[in-house]
Amino acid sequence: MRSNTYTLIFTSIVTIILGFLLSLAVTALKERQDLNVEIDIKKNILQSLDFGPSAKSPWTPDTIQSIFDDNISSIVINAKGETVIGKSPEDINPDVDLNLYPVYIKTMDGEINGYAIPISGKGLWSTLYGYFAVESDGMTVKGITFYKHGETPGLGGEVEKPWFRNNFKGKKFVDNDGNLVGIQIMKGSVDETSPDAYHQVDGISGATMTSKGLNNFLMDDLKIYESFFNRIRTDGGA
Amino acid sequence: MALLSKKSQVVLNDPLMNNNPITLQVLGICSALAVTVKMDTAVVMTLAVVAVLSVSNTLIALLRKLIPSKVRIIVQLAIIASLVILTDQILKAYMYDISKQLSVFVGLIITNCIVMGRAEAFAMQNTPGKSFLDGLGNGLGYGMILIVVSFFRELLGSGSIYGFQVIPDSFYAAGYENMGLMVLSPGAFIILGLIVWVQRIVANIEEE
Repeated sequence: MRSNTYTLIFTSIVTIILGFLLSLAVTALKERQDLNVEIDIKKNILQSLDFGPSAKSPWTPDTIQSIFDDNISSIVINAKGETVIGKSPEDINPDVDLNLYPVYIKTMDGEINGYAIPISGKGLWSTLYGYFAVESDGMTVKGITFYKHGETPGLGGEVEKPWFRNNFKGKKFVDNDGNLVGIQIMKGSVDETSPDAYHQVDGISGATMTSKGLNNFLMDDLKIYESFFNRIRTDGGA
Repeated sequence: MALLSKKSQVVLNDPLMNNNPITLQVLGICSALAVTVKMDTAVVMTLAVVAVLSVSNTLIALLRKLIPSKVRIIVQLAIIASLVILTDQILKAYMYDISKQLSVFVGLIITNCIVMGRAEAFAMQNTPGKSFLDGLGNGLGYGMILIVVSFFRELLGSGSIYGFQVIPDSFYAAGYENMGLMVLSPGAFIILGLIVWVQRIVANIEEE
């Protein structure tokens, strides 16, 4: 049996060495990890706005960064849908600025090609985070992506798969009278003959709760941006 | 392998077959269920566990004569936990997409009974070299099962192998459907049970 003093010294030394090594590793890798998170978010904004990797230019952190810089501009809007001058999405502090919302705008050949807004909300197990993109008409869905979720892979996790995301393209979230109706994720497939098919998408079998959650928070997020998109629809541009 | 002596070979090979940590010792089941939906996550998880297990075994064997016996478990745990956090940080920096999918399960290697079990049962009594082989063998034994389970789960549950679709679209058009059960935990249990059964026949193991 060793003395208590030995035990104390031994454990202290082990703790100091391990603590030192860990803090060293965390500090050394921090920059790279933050960059990964940032690139991942940019990748998702681009994906929602219909960009994709091609054989000619595969997606690497560098190409994602440059495509983003070349094509995407961002603005901040308030609850009334007005542009807040002099603010960029990076300035928004989620704890303080409760009424400021970012919008990412895709411009092609000098014309606005689409708007991407962040969406998030509860699924079955987790909070899902993603981006929802709208065509320049302010009512047609351009795309949707998810960059963070904890849903069951193969069931709720299918939300991140192309087959599900492609469902949304071309659907409209307002009706003919200009009222916000949201996007409805069905149980099973959409009946294309139904008059409501324009705002319905195929559901994921075995993921009823994830779909339900998605229905709800998509609607909530669209409500926040409704005044912004409403302006676009009526004025024909921001 | 002339590289290793007979004894070392046994240390390395035993956990692969006759004393496999998952199918024989029945350790590490929890993570074996969680990360085996797709093969890519299973492979990265295997690499992470092999790395943590062999390094932790080596370090603990190096310190085995210095560690005071009354605090040995906590010292082992501190070493293992540090290695796991290190692995997690490296994955986040260099394999971001995979680490996103593995989420908490890399962190949960800390609680994987195999790692603590090997530290206590083997590394505390053996030389660093042997302990390294023991860690490597047990890590690979664990990973082997993970990869086999994930192969069947991905094939039957998602119709793909390592992310590549292998079931042709015409099959789906003809009414074939992926087996939803396979992407859920019960699917892993069933496959694991079948593997234990087959392995016991092959290894000719009889229960008392």
